[in-house]
Amino acid sequence: MAYPTDRKYTKEHEWIQANGTSASIGITDYAQQSLGDIVFVELPKVGAELSGGKTFGTVESVKAVSDLFAPASGTVTAANGDLATSPEKVNQDPHGSWMIKMDLKDPSELNALLSAADYEKFVAEEAGH
Amino acid sequence: MKRSTPKATRHVNQNEGLIFEKSSPGKAAWKLPPLDVPEVDTAKLLGSAERKDLGHMPEVSEIEIIRHFTRLSTWNYAIDLGMYPLGSCTMKYNPRVNEAVARVEGIANGHPYQPEKISQGALQIIKTLSEILIEITGLDAITLQPAAGAHGELTGLLIIRAYHKSQGKPRKKILIPDSAHGTNPATAAMAGYSVENLKSNALGMVDVASLELQMNEDVAALMLTNPNTLGVFEQEIHKIADILHAKGGLLYMDGANMNALVGKVRPGDFGVDLMHLNLHKTFSTPHGGGGPGSGPVAVRKVLEPFLPKPVVVTKPDGTLGFDYQRPQSIGRVRAFYGNFGMFVRALAYIQANGPDGLRQTTEDAVLNANYIRKGLEGSYDLPYATPTMHEVVFSDKLQAKKGVRTMDIAKRLIDYGFHPYTTAFPLIVPGALMIEPTESESKEEMDLFVDAMKSIAAEVEEEPQTVLDAPYSTRVSRLDETAAARKPVLRWSPNV
Repeated sequence: MAYPTDRKYTKEHEWIQANGTSASIGITDYAQQSLGDIVFVELPKVGAELSGGKTFGTVESVKAVSDLFAPASGTVTAANGDLATSPEKVNQDPHGSWMIKMDLKDPSELNALLSAADYEKFVAEEAGH
Repeated sequence: MKRSTPKATRHVNQNEGLIFEKSSPGKAAWKLPPLDVPEVDTAKLLGSAERKDLGHMPEVSEIEIIRHFTRLSTWNYAIDLGMYPLGSCTMKYNPRVNEAVARVEGIANGHPYQPEKISQGALQIIKTLSEILIEITGLDAITLQPAAGAHGELTGLLIIRAYHKSQGKPRKKILIPDSAHGTNPATAAMAGYSVENLKSNALGMVDVASLELQMNEDVAALMLTNPNTLGVFEQEIHKIADILHAKGGLLYMDGANMNALVGKVRPGDFGVDLMHLNLHKTFSTPHGGGGPGSGPVAVRKVLEPFLPKPVVVTKPDGTLGFDYQRPQSIGRVRAFYGNFGMFVRALAYIQANGPDGLRQTTEDAVLNANYIRKGLEGSYDLPYATPTMHEVVFSDKLQAKKGVRTMDIAKRLIDYGFHPYTTAFPLIVPGALMIEPTESESKEEMDLFVDAMKSIAAEVEEEPQTVLDAPYSTRVSRLDETAAARKPVLRWSPNV
C-alpha cells in the first residue's frame, strides 16, 4: 500500500494529518499488518493533554498490546468512538481510520517527523531485519 | 470410503457437552440424612436475604459429574504427557520427590495459626530455603512472600521506591529494554513509575551507549532480564550496572530465566541489586493451573530493611520466630508467609540435586536449547546469531514468503503431538518462534521435535495450505481467535 503524502509519519508507526493547528492521528498500514487482527483500541478522553513522543493509548491485537505514541503535543478534541465497536476498521482502512483529533500546541513540531517517502524507506529496513 | 463407526458412548477425544446439557429434572448426586437438629425458620432469620430460587443449576448424577470433569481434564496437554517447549515459561518436569516431601504429614497439615513453638520445622524450611537462594543469587537477604513472578517484580519495585524515598530522593522513571517480559512495564506502572523504553542493539543486547544517554538522576532503576527473552546473556552486564550505580540508580533483575545461570554465575556478583526468582520455573514447582507460583525477592544488604514483614529470625533462645519490628518494611505483600507448599517443593528439588546437580541442570538446559538451535538452523530463520543460553528464538521469515506465519506452524505442531512453542514473543522479533526445551528433555524427545518442525517446514514449501488449516487431530480445528477476542461470549446462559 502506498503511504499518503498528505501527512507525516513517526518511527513508532503513527500518521498525523494536520490542517492548520488541528490534526488527525492514526496508525499506519505497516503497523496494522504487523499487529494482526486488532481487537481493541483504548483512546484518551476529549480534553486530555498529550505530549509529543509520549503514549496516549493502546491498541490490542490477538498477538499483543502496543502503546500508541503522540506524534506531537496538544489537546485531544475528539476520539473515534466507532473503533470501540468496530476495531477491525483499523485493519481494513488504516489511513482512513483516524483514532483521535487534536489541537496542536506547535504545528512546527511536525517538521521533525518523516515524510511518506522516508517512512516507506524506514519500514522497508525494519521489515528486512 | 471411510465407514463411520457407530459408538455406544462418548470417547475422550470427542467433544463434551456442557454440564447443563446433561441435566434432567429431579436427578441428584446427593441425599441428606434426616434433620437431627431443631429446625429453624430461615425466612425469619434472613429476612429479604433468604433465597428460595437457586437459579438454573444442573441436575446430574454423581457418575455423570465424575465423567464430565474427567473427560474435560483429558483435554489438557501436560508436561507429564510430552514435551512442552513453551519459550520463556520454563515448563520443566516437576519431580515426584517434591510431591512426596510436600505430603509428609507434619508439613502438609501445618496451619499458619499454629504457635511458633510447634512450627519450628516449617520455619526451618523457610530459613534453609532462604539461605540457599541467597547463596545461589549472590545477594544478602531475601523474602519468600511474593506469590508469583510478577508479584515479586511489584515487591521489588516497592522496595526500590522505599529505598529512594529513604534517601530523600524519590525518583520517577524505570528503564526497560524492548526485549523485556510484558509484565515489567506493567509492574513499573503499577508501582507508580513512568516507563522509558531502552532499545536493543544488533546483537539482541541492551545498547549501552543509549543507556548512558538515558540514565539520569530521575531513573530509579533498570529492570533487566538476564539472559534476556532472546535467550541471550547480557555480556556487558558489568558496564550496565556501573552506569546505573554512577547515577544512584538500582539494577533490578527479572530472574525468570535464572535456570540458565544457577550454579554458574551469581547476579549479586555481576552488579544486580535485587531480583526475583520464579520457584515455579527455575526450581521445578508446578506451573499455572497446577501452581500456585512463588516469586521470592533477593536483595543487597542496603535494601534489607525494606523487605516485606514479618521476616523469619533466630531468637535469643535459639528458636525460630517471626519478627514484625521492621519500621522501614514495605509491609506484608501476601497473607501468612506466601505459598509455603512451593517452598517445600523447591527445597526438595534443590537438596535432591545438590550444588553439582543444579549446575548440571543449568548446563543441560543450555545444551538442549543449543541442540534444537543446531537442528533447526537452516529450516527456520535465526534473527540473532548471538550465542543461545536456555532458549532459542527463530522467526517465520522463510515461511512468511508462502503466507505461513508462526501461529500456523504452532497449530500444525499440535498434530505432531507437541505443545506449541511460544508464538509472536519477544516482540522485537517479528513472527517469533520461541523454543525452550529445559533440561528435562531427552535427546530422543528433542529429535522427534526437530523432525516435526523440519517436516512442517517442508510442508510449507510443498503444500502450505496443509499448515494453514491445521490442526486436524484435535476435537476442534482452527478456532477463530479474532472473533473470540472481538465478540467474546463470557458467560453461558440458558436462553442462548
